[in-house]
Amino acid sequence: MKLITDFRNSEISRRLIKKIEEESSSESGYTIMEVCGTHTVSIFKYGIRSVLPENVSLISGPGCPVCVTSQGEIDAIFQIVKNNNVSLLTFGDLMKVPGSSGENLINLRSEGKDIRVMLSPLDAVKTAAREPDREFVFVGIGFETTAPAIASAVLEAKNMGLNNFSILPYCKTMPEVLGYLLDDPKLDINGFLCPGHVSVVTGKNIYQPLAQKGKAAVITGFEPLDILSSILQIIRQVNSGDYCVYNNYSRVVSDNGNRKAVQIMDTVFEPCSAVWRGLGELEDSGLGLKEEFSLFNSLEKFNVRVPQVSEKKGCRCGDVLKGHIKPNLCPLFSLQCNPENPVGPCMVSSEGACSAYYKFN
Amino acid sequence: MEDKKITSALGSGGKSTNDFVKDIICKYFGNSILENLGDAAYLDINGELSFSTDSFVVEPEFFPGGDIGKLAVYGTCNDLSVSGAKPKFLSFSLIVPEGYKFSDTEKIVASAGAAAEEAGVQIVCGDTKVISASGLKSPLVNTAGIGVLKKKLNDYGKIKTGDKIILTSDIARHGMCIISKREGLNIDSEIESDCADLNPLFEVSGYKGIKFARDATRGGVAAVLNEISDKTGLGFLVDEDEIPMREDVKYLCEFLGFDPLSVANEGAALLIVESALSSKILDKIKSVKVGADAALIGEVCSENKVMLKTPIGGIRNVEMPVGELLPRIC
Repeated sequence: MKLITDFRNSEISRRLIKKIEEESSSESGYTIMEVCGTHTVSIFKYGIRSVLPENVSLISGPGCPVCVTSQGEIDAIFQIVKNNNVSLLTFGDLMKVPGSSGENLINLRSEGKDIRVMLSPLDAVKTAAREPDREFVFVGIGFETTAPAIASAVLEAKNMGLNNFSILPYCKTMPEVLGYLLDDPKLDINGFLCPGHVSVVTGKNIYQPLAQKGKAAVITGFEPLDILSSILQIIRQVNSGDYCVYNNYSRVVSDNGNRKAVQIMDTVFEPCSAVWRGLGELEDSGLGLKEEFSLFNSLEKFNVRVPQVSEKKGCRCGDVLKGHIKPNLCPLFSLQCNPENPVGPCMVSSEGACSAYYKFN
Repeated sequence: MEDKKITSALGSGGKSTNDFVKDIICKYFGNSILENLGDAAYLDINGELSFSTDSFVVEPEFFPGGDIGKLAVYGTCNDLSVSGAKPKFLSFSLIVPEGYKFSDTEKIVASAGAAAEEAGVQIVCGDTKVISASGLKSPLVNTAGIGVLKKKLNDYGKIKTGDKIILTSDIARHGMCIISKREGLNIDSEIESDCADLNPLFEVSGYKGIKFARDATRGGVAAVLNEISDKTGLGFLVDEDEIPMREDVKYLCEFLGFDPLSVANEGAALLIVESALSSKILDKIKSVKVGADAALIGEVCSENKVMLKTPIGGIRNVEMPVGELLPRIC
C-alpha cells in the first residue's frame, strides 16, 4: 500500500511541477492528450490541471470504453432485456447510460427486469452456473484491459458446458483509434499520455506509430507523480524533437506486455469492424467472437442486430472524444446533458470526460 | 433443532404477536414505560424537545460492526444528537418478511436493545408487521426518537466565513463495509462499519463553540458540505491530506472507483465550529472513543462552492453526489 502513497508525495510533486514550469519554454505551448478515461479522472481528482503552467494543456481522448460504445450497441442491450426473459449482467458504469428513448438500466430494473452489477466477467459465469434455470447475458464492454478477462469468461463457460450464458461482444481495441486520431487533419496534439491498463496487456509497440509521426508517447500510471513525470517527459521529447515511446509505468507494464492475456484474447476473439460513438465505423477496431464461440454470442442467440442509430442532435461526444473541444463547449453540456439527465455515456460513465469535467471542474 | 420461521401469525395481533412482544421485545427493550404495553407510551420530559424519525433498509442486514437493529437505534439517536438534543426515547417498528428466520429476528431486536442501553435511551413503543416474502429478503426497521434540546445546531445562519470544520471520525467505512459484504469481495482485511452513537462527542464538548452539526450518512461528507453550501451561499476549502481515512478503505474505494467523500458513514459527523475554539473542541472530541480519529479538515470560505485541496497542491470541486454509487469497469 505504501507503494501507492509514495506516488502521491507532495514534496516530489512540487519539485516536478517546478521542473515542468522551467522546461515548458516553447512559445507554441504543449497540447497533451490523455487517451485513457482513468487518466482523465485522476487528472481531475488531483487537480493536476490547476497546477500546470498555462501553456501546458491537457485534453481528454477516446479512452473510456463505455463512452465509445455506440448508441446502436446500447439500444441492442435494451432490445434484448425488454424482449426476452433474461437476466442482464453488467459493469456498474453502464447502469445510468441512456438508450435512444432516454431510459436507462436503472429504470428497467425498477420495472422488474433482473439487472445485476458485476465486478468481473468471471463472477458473471459463476452467477450463470449457480442459476442454471435462468438465461444470463453479460455486456462485454472494454478495451484490451478487460477483453482478456471477458475471453476467459467465455472459455470458462464453454469448459463448464453452460448453455444459459452469452455475452454482447462490444470490446474495442486501441491501435485503430490511435491511427484514426493520427489521420485527423484537425489533430493538434504534441504528445500522448498512453493508457497504463491497456499497456499492461499490449506492451509498448502499439504506440510506435505515434512516435513515428512526431508525437511524444509516454505510457503512464494513474498516480499524481506518474502523471506529472510523464508530462515532463513529453515536454522534454517535444523540446528535443526526439520522439519515442517511453515506458514510464515500468513497475507494472513490461515492454512486451502480457503474452498470456493476449493469447487468451486471440483464442476467443477476432478483429471485426466496430462503430465508435461519435467517431463512426473503424475497420478491425472491434473484437468479435470467433465462429467456434458463436453459441456464446447474445446477438446471435437472441437474433438481435445492432441498429444504426445516430446520437441525439446537438450531442458533440465525437468532438470531445477526438479532443477537438473540451466538454463544456458542447451545446448540451450541463444544460440538457448532466449527470441526472445524461444524453450520452460521457456524462455518466465513471471514466467519462464530460462526467469528470462536470463533477470536478 | 430446526430454526423457527416468521409466519403471518406473528403480525396478526393475536397470541403469536403477544408472545413475541412479551418474549422478545420486552426481553431486550424492557423498561417500565414499554411494559405497560398500551397503545401509546406516557412520557415525562422537561424542556424543549427535538423529534426525528428514520427508516432503515440495509442489505445485508448483518454486517461487520453492526446490523440493522443497531443501525436503526444509532441512526435516529444520531439525528437527534447532531441537532443538539440528548436522545431520551425511541419507537421501534419492525417489518419482517414471512419465512424469515425467527432467530435472526431475535438477534436484530437484541442488538437494538443493547445499542439503546449503550446510548442511554429507552425504547418505549413500537410495532411488528409481517408481509409477504415476495420482493423482501430481510427485515425493515423504522425508528422515531425524542430528545431533550441542549443547543440548536441546525441554524445555517450561524455559519460564517473563517469557521473551522471538524470531521469527527475516519470516513467511508460503513459504505465500503456494506459493499464488500454484499459483493462478497475477498479483501485482506475485514472493513467494519463505523456504526456508533455520536452523543458522547457533544456531551464531552459541552456544546461550547459548536455552531452547526450534521452526520455524514448517505451521500457522505460531499453531500453534507454541498447541502450547507447551497443553504448558506458560503463554501468550503477542505484539505484532502487532513481527512482521516483507513488505508484499506481508501484502496477499496480506489479499486471500485468510488469517491470516499461520497460514501456513507454511520458514526461520523461534521461540526462547524468557531475558529478560535477549534483546537480546544478537537482535543475534547478526541478524548472520547467515537471521536478518537477526529480532525480539523478545513474552513468555511466566501466562495460558494466546495473545494478540495489535493495532496499535490491542486484544487478541485467536490460535487453533490448523484444517484447510487456503482463500481467502475476497470
